[in-house]
Amino acid sequence: MRGERAKRQLRYCVVVALFLLLFAALVLMNIQLGSVRLGTREIADILFFGGGSETGRGIIWKVRLPRACAAVILGGALALSGFLLQTFFNNPIAGPYVLGISSGAKLTVAIFMVAALSRHQTVSSASMIAVAFVGAMLSMGFVLLMARTVQRASMLIVSGVMIGYICSAITDFIVTFADDASIINLHNWSKGSFSGASWEDVRVMTAVVLITSAVVFLMSKPIGAYQLGEGYAQNMGVNIKVFRVVLVVLSSVLSACVTAFAGPISFVGIAVPHLVKSFLKTSKPLIVIPVCFLGGAIFCLGCDLIARTVFAPMELSISSVTAVIGAPIVIGILLRKKVRG
Amino acid sequence: MADYFFKTKGLTVGYGGVPLIRDIGIQLQKGQILTLIGPNGSGKSTVLKSIAKYLKTICGTVYIGEDTIDGMSSLALAKQVAVVLTERLKTELMTCGDVVATGRYPYTGMLGILSAQDREQVQGAMELVGIWELRERDFTEISDGQRQRVLLARAICQQPQIIVLDEPTSYLDVRYKLELLGILRLMSRERGITVIMSLHELDLAQRISDLVMCLRGEYVVQIGPPEEIFCRELICKLYDLSNGSYNPLFGSFEMERSPGEAAVFVIAGGGTGIPAYRALHKSGIPFATGILHENDVDYQLARDLANEVVYAPAFERIGKAAYARALQRMKACGTVLCCLKSYGEMNQKNRELFEEAGRLGLRIIESAQEL
Repeated sequence: MRGERAKRQLRYCVVVALFLLLFAALVLMNIQLGSVRLGTREIADILFFGGGSETGRGIIWKVRLPRACAAVILGGALALSGFLLQTFFNNPIAGPYVLGISSGAKLTVAIFMVAALSRHQTVSSASMIAVAFVGAMLSMGFVLLMARTVQRASMLIVSGVMIGYICSAITDFIVTFADDASIINLHNWSKGSFSGASWEDVRVMTAVVLITSAVVFLMSKPIGAYQLGEGYAQNMGVNIKVFRVVLVVLSSVLSACVTAFAGPISFVGIAVPHLVKSFLKTSKPLIVIPVCFLGGAIFCLGCDLIARTVFAPMELSISSVTAVIGAPIVIGILLRKKVRG
Repeated sequence: MADYFFKTKGLTVGYGGVPLIRDIGIQLQKGQILTLIGPNGSGKSTVLKSIAKYLKTICGTVYIGEDTIDGMSSLALAKQVAVVLTERLKTELMTCGDVVATGRYPYTGMLGILSAQDREQVQGAMELVGIWELRERDFTEISDGQRQRVLLARAICQQPQIIVLDEPTSYLDVRYKLELLGILRLMSRERGITVIMSLHELDLAQRISDLVMCLRGEYVVQIGPPEEIFCRELICKLYDLSNGSYNPLFGSFEMERSPGEAAVFVIAGGGTGIPAYRALHKSGIPFATGILHENDVDYQLARDLANEVVYAPAFERIGKAAYARALQRMKACGTVLCCLKSYGEMNQKNRELFEEAGRLGLRIIESAQEL
C-alpha cells in the first residue's frame, strides 16, 4: 500500500509541476506576444521596476496583463463549473455550455446591457454577474426539470443544447434590434472574448471566483462521496438535499461569472476536467479540483493566445478556438465511454 | 426488551405518504441475520430503504439501541448503518481501494484525508472479504462478484452496527453467492454485526437467516425463525404457487407435474430415480413410481413430479399391500423403467416387481429417451 501511495503522489507532483511550468510559460507568452512584441527583459523592467517605454507600459498594464488575468480566472472557473456539473449529473459530457447554462446567462446579460445602454447608463461588473447568475439559474432550472422527466443522459444533453439554441436565438434577436452603438460591443461579447477586461473587472471576478472555488475545494469530501451516487452518499452521512442545491448554485455562480465577462465559451468545462482526470489517473476531488482550476487557466491562456495571434491583426472569438480544441476531446470521450443511455 | 438491539414498533412504510406495508414489528439481537423474502414488488426494498432512512417512515419508530433513527443526525446514523444497494455503480477512475475507502467518510476530517488508522480499517475490510489484491484495479474493470464484495468491504469499513443489503446476491454466480453469504455469517458471528437483507433465493435464505420475514404487499405475512417459515403451505401461499410446488427440505421449487394418465412406471429408490423423474418431466410424460420408502430421497421429488407414488413406511420391509398397489399401477402403465441395479433387505419387493414385469411381457425400457 505504501509503495502504491508513493507512486500516486509522485504522479500528482509531476502533473502539478508540469502544469505550473506550462502556466508560467503561457502567462509570459501572453504578455510578450501580440502586434507589438516585447522582450523578456523589458517585461521584467515594466512589471517589477516600473521602467520601460510608455507604450510598453500601456500595453502590458492596460491590455495584456488584465486580459491574461481574466483568462486565468475565468478559465479556472469554467473548468470547475464543468467538473461540478459532471459530478452532479454523473455524466462526463455535462458542462455549462452544452447544458445551455452559459446561453441562459448570455441572454439575461444581453437584455440587461441593451436596456442599460439604451438609457446611456454604464453597467457595473458586479451587477453583470448578478444578472448572469439569474440567467444561469433559469437555464439550470429548465435542465433540472428535464433531468427529472428524461432519465437518459444523452437526452439531457440534447435538451440542454436545445435550451442553448433558444437562448442564443433570442439573444441574436435582441442584438439585431439594439442601438447601433451598443451593437458592436454586444456583438463581440456575445461571441465570447477575454478582450476589454479592466482592472476593475479583474478585481470583481477574482473575488467572486476565488471565494466560490475555495468553497468548492472545501466541499471535496462530499463531492467525493457523491461520485458513488446519491444512495451511497446519503448512507455516508451527506445531506443530499442541501448538497445538491449548493452544487447547483456554485456551478451556476462560476459559469455566470464567466459569461458576464467573456460571453459564452464552449467546451472548456468538459475538456479540461476530462484531461486533468486522465493525467492524474484519479477522480479524487481533493486533487482534481485545484488541478482543474490550473488546467482551465492554462487552456484559456493558450486558446486566447491562439485567438489573438494566429490571424493577427484579426482576432478570432475565443469560443471558436476552444471548440476546435475541445470538441474533438468530447468526441473522444463519447467514443471511449459510450455514455450511458 | 433490553436484549434487542434493533427494533421497529408499529412501523408503516410506503412511498409519498401512501402506506405500502403496515405494522411491521422486527426485533433483532446483536449479530442476528434477518432476511426479507417475498414476491417481486412486495415491498422488500421499501422496508430496507425505510430502515436505512432513505424513505420517510409513515408512522411507527425504528430503534437502534436506545435511539430512534429519526432522532439521529445523518452522520451518527452513518456510523450505525451501512448499506449495499442494488443500483449499479458508475465510477470514473476509481480504484477498488478508493471505493472501499469512501466507507471511512463519517470518520475522516473536513477534507476527508485518510489517516493511517483509516487505511488500516480499509485494508482490514478488504482482507476480510478477500479483495486486498484488487486494491489498485479500476472498479469498472472487475467482475460482478468482485464488485459486490468491494461494496461489502466498503460497508464493513464504515464500522457499522447494522449492515443493510438489498438483494446482494443478484448478478452473482453460485460460488460468489455462497462466498458472500459466508462473509456475512462471519461478520455477524465474530463482530456482532446485525444483518438485514432481502434475498430472492429461498434456499440461501433458509441456510443463512436467524429470522425470516415474509412480505406480500400490504402486510407482513409472517416473521419467525426459518424452521417456521419454510414450510410448503406458507411458501406456496406467499408466492402464489398453485401450479408448482415447494420442497422445504431441499429449499427448492418444482414445476407443475405433467398432466394425464401415467404412461411409465418407474421402479426406483435411494436417489436412483431422480434423474429419470427429471427426464420424464422435461419430456412432459406423466409417470407413476414406486415402491419408495417414505424416508427415501426419491420420495421427496416423486411427491412433486409423479402422478402417483406408491410408498411404504420408513425403516420397514415393503409390505404386501404396497406391492399389490404397485403391481396394479405398473400393469396400467404398460411400460416399466427400472432404475435399481441392486436390491437390499428392505426393498426385495422391488426386485419381485421388476421380475413380474418381465414375466407379464410389459415393455421394459432403459431410459426415458427410449419413449
